[in-house]
Amino acid sequence: MSVVVAVLLTTFLASAVEAIEMVTIVVGVGATRGWRSTLIGAASGFAVLAVVVVVAGAALQAVPIGALRLIVGALLLVFGLQWFRKGIMRVAARGLAGMSEMEFDAAERWQKPGLDWTAFVLSFKGVVLEGLEVAFIVVSFGANANQLGVAAIGGIAAVVIVGGVGLAVHHVVNRIPRSLLQLVVGVMLTTFGTFWAIEGLGISWPASDGAILILLVLYAATGAIYITLERRRQLGFSSGKAA
Amino acid sequence: MTPPLSWIVGFGRFWYHFIIGDDWTMAVAVAIGLVVTAVLNARGILAWWLIPLIVIAMLGISLRRASQHR
Repeated sequence: MSVVVAVLLTTFLASAVEAIEMVTIVVGVGATRGWRSTLIGAASGFAVLAVVVVVAGAALQAVPIGALRLIVGALLLVFGLQWFRKGIMRVAARGLAGMSEMEFDAAERWQKPGLDWTAFVLSFKGVVLEGLEVAFIVVSFGANANQLGVAAIGGIAAVVIVGGVGLAVHHVVNRIPRSLLQLVVGVMLTTFGTFWAIEGLGISWPASDGAILILLVLYAATGAIYITLERRRQLGFSSGKAA
Repeated sequence: MTPPLSWIVGFGRFWYHFIIGDDWTMAVAVAIGLVVTAVLNARGILAWWLIPLIVIAMLGISLRRASQHR
């Protein structure tokens, strides 16, 4: 009985950490780019994940997660940096109130009838990578303790509960000014991208998963400093031309 | 443009904007940073700090360049 509880609790908590990363990306991208393509990307990610889990089963640990982390991390990093940069410029130019909804929508939100591939790809990659990590946790703990079913319940429960929390807070996220939201999502994508790319190279972070929080604080502080510098530049306090 | 060619062009354009975006130097710096990190790691030198350093430096350089062009 105690083994069952220990496996359930361990897989739930470990999977919850990965699920938080997954839901953060999906909610952030959905609120910034629009929900339709983001949710289609997330659903496609779950479909691919389900096929991989069913086909590979316990042999899942043979999937080269390092290479996957490096590719997904590097792509998130270069894309996140673009949003980070745009977010700094927009918040510096217009303050936390950001630009008007209409102005932002025309520039960033997907207005066309087809799929927004940017939102799709970001959401898809977040779900596949983090979902695979949840699957690895389930297989590792479940197989070692000979409790694969219990471990699967713990992993699925973590994704469902964290996903439910994400669903509950998405209205709040939608109310954040768009330019500030782009800055925040840019910081988060850059943080996860940095973390995964380095892990993908086989390098361990000094504080393990705690490095995500440290990177988040470091990049947020960097963003705040650059916003201040940009404002000073725009006011003509430094050598850069005023906007 | 006929469908197969327009799809290929659209696919290429999508990935160009996804990776390169407004400032190609940031993507190149990240790519070089990852290669250097891998090389240092292979030689037994811990280099997890290099990418955060490149991110912070390239953001500053790119923002400064953008403000000078405005």
